[in-house]
Amino acid sequence: MYRVVKRRQLAPSIVLLEVEAPAVAAKAEPGQFVIVRMDEKSERIPLTVMDFNREKGTITIVIQDVGYSSALINQMEEGSAFLDFVGPLGVKTEIEKYGTVVCIGGGLGIAPVHPIARALKEAGNKVISVLGSRSADLLILEDEMRAASDEIVVATNDGSMGIQGFVTDGLAHVLNRGEKVDIIWAIGPMIMMKAVCDYTRPLGIKTIVSLNPVMVDGTGMCGACRVSVGDETKFACVDGPEFDGHLVDWELAMQRLAYFKDEENRAKARLECEGGHH
Amino acid sequence: MALKVPRHEMPCQDAQERAHNFDEVALGYTREMAVEEAQRCLQCKNPLCRTGCPVEVLIPDFIKKVSEEDFLGAAEVLKVKNSLPAICGRVCPQENQCESKCILGIKGEPVAIGRLERFAADYEMKHGDGTVEKVQPSGKKVAIIGAGPAGLACAGDLAKAGHAVTVFEALHVAGGVLMYGIPQFRLPKEIVQREIGNLEKLGVEILTNQVVGKVTSVDELMENGYDAVFIGTGAGLPYFMGIPGENLNGVYSANEFLTRTNLMKGYKFPEYATPVKVGKKVAVLGAGNVAMDGARTALRLGAEEVSIIYRRSREEMPARKEEAEHAEEEGVQFRLLTNPVAIHGDERGWVKSMTCLRYELGEPDASGRRSPVAISGSEFEIEVDTVIVAIGQGPNPLVTKSTPGLELNKRGNIVADPETLATSKPGVFAGGDIVTGAATVILAMGAGKKAAASIDAYLKSKN
Repeated sequence: MYRVVKRRQLAPSIVLLEVEAPAVAAKAEPGQFVIVRMDEKSERIPLTVMDFNREKGTITIVIQDVGYSSALINQMEEGSAFLDFVGPLGVKTEIEKYGTVVCIGGGLGIAPVHPIARALKEAGNKVISVLGSRSADLLILEDEMRAASDEIVVATNDGSMGIQGFVTDGLAHVLNRGEKVDIIWAIGPMIMMKAVCDYTRPLGIKTIVSLNPVMVDGTGMCGACRVSVGDETKFACVDGPEFDGHLVDWELAMQRLAYFKDEENRAKARLECEGGHH
Repeated sequence: MALKVPRHEMPCQDAQERAHNFDEVALGYTREMAVEEAQRCLQCKNPLCRTGCPVEVLIPDFIKKVSEEDFLGAAEVLKVKNSLPAICGRVCPQENQCESKCILGIKGEPVAIGRLERFAADYEMKHGDGTVEKVQPSGKKVAIIGAGPAGLACAGDLAKAGHAVTVFEALHVAGGVLMYGIPQFRLPKEIVQREIGNLEKLGVEILTNQVVGKVTSVDELMENGYDAVFIGTGAGLPYFMGIPGENLNGVYSANEFLTRTNLMKGYKFPEYATPVKVGKKVAVLGAGNVAMDGARTALRLGAEEVSIIYRRSREEMPARKEEAEHAEEEGVQFRLLTNPVAIHGDERGWVKSMTCLRYELGEPDASGRRSPVAISGSEFEIEVDTVIVAIGQGPNPLVTKSTPGLELNKRGNIVADPETLATSKPGVFAGGDIVTGAATVILAMGAGKKAAASIDAYLKSKN
């Protein structure tokens, strides 16, 4: 069993869980993910790693209550445990000295950006992080990102904090002041990653994204997570999750994400009827 | 005398009824049927049936025990050569193996060896006391990667030889294809878990959620005190056709469709949280056992029309005869000499139809089967909303890629000595689908047993 040793509410529907998983923690690197299963009847859920602590043997994940399984995980208390916790999966981020790097995190996407920004900074890059959320109360991990970056720029849709607008407006703010950006990481909702890529493609700035398609096993066995990158079919679980965002077929990726929406809604509705237990 | 008693048919659930449930199709022999069937065996002095068995089960000996109504004794004899008889009795292609060699088969019907194996193994599960003999520990440690048929068979034999065996399994449950692939209605998962439980009683340690190649590696296992490693990671990489439209919503690999249904119990959604969606009109591409499993599963999940689409004819279908017959009885249609060239979607990106081409049979190809030749201009459309791709699997590269010094062939399979199953890396052995490409459960088990014997010899030579 994989015990939750710390739980922190980051925003109304977003929690951080630090989980005991020493073998995973010993090997985890920025950009990788884990697959968790809460109990016997749960789905296998892929979650990007927000942090890892090799000494304590823990992995930190951040989860937002968006569906049936995530709602149940959201309710987990300190001391409770996951039945299954497997990883680290996927290919790690290529950390090098690139020069000036912008790390964009939108909503929950700030969590996976965190270890990437930190490693890039440790590798000697100038790291400017652009954090976005709908409003100030939904912005997560601001302090952690400040520590992991040389500078942070915040954009909120309602203007309750930082620049009013989207992360693309935050990025524009950085570029317009004359910053020469060598490479960008952008992680968040598909629609946000697509918007960033549409913005940076004509500028010729390489943009790495982390895809979160539907997955089952996470080891390349089922192919549920297939995405089209540069007209080639890739399995996000073993070939990714990071890809060159300018080559991703975003329409297809968003389409595929919608395949189980009806079932997801059915399960969520059932959960709400039964008051959170199954 | 013996020839006059006809072979006993396997009692099955009614086809119309079973097409809508996930309960086991074959119900198993009764005690009386088993004894009568066993009495048909001629007890040949030189039993050819054994030569047809990849693990050389002591066939006439166990059948004799059944005929004498010593069913626990029969199970004991089975287990001398086969650690997983309840599984093999259900999924082995006996018609091409042991039963194809039975003398009775020349003029009539062979002894139903597989059905008797299943009967004895099931009897023992119900009535046996489950005790196992403890063996003297050898002091040697063996790591096995993959808890599928090859790894489990290898683990069982090594444990019986006194070695400390740890099995590393990537999924959350042991069994490999027996759990994620073969459906409940053909191989109940409770049976698989009970057989695995018996291995654990022998002292085999099984660690789930361990993706070797990520959380550890073959080299690290050797550094951490394992004296030998067996790689039995199977054929866990689904092939797709490479035709337009394969990434549309509604196209599954058979692996995904079956994993959602079997491993994750999607057929019990929403009680179990993993959904599996099936439309009204399902096309299954391919005609092997996996394709039959996919087609029959789709029916049970509520599909109205399910077709197998295969570019050769019925003769060449790689599925077991019994599987194809069961599928047909349940209402699966066969669109033979037909192959898809493109899948089309609606405005939301969901499958709505497929363009196919008709084929005819030409000259025999390298496999000895008459090769299919497309008839030009024969394109036609079929309406489908779900497509299940079951055209085979390749070797999963997670372990092989992370193991320097391991020789692979050009398809990515591990190169292993056919006799010893030793790889190019000292102390590392491999067997099953990762070596041969996708094959059968029993061939993988045979390889696991062969490797166990050779690992045992290797460990003794190191003393």
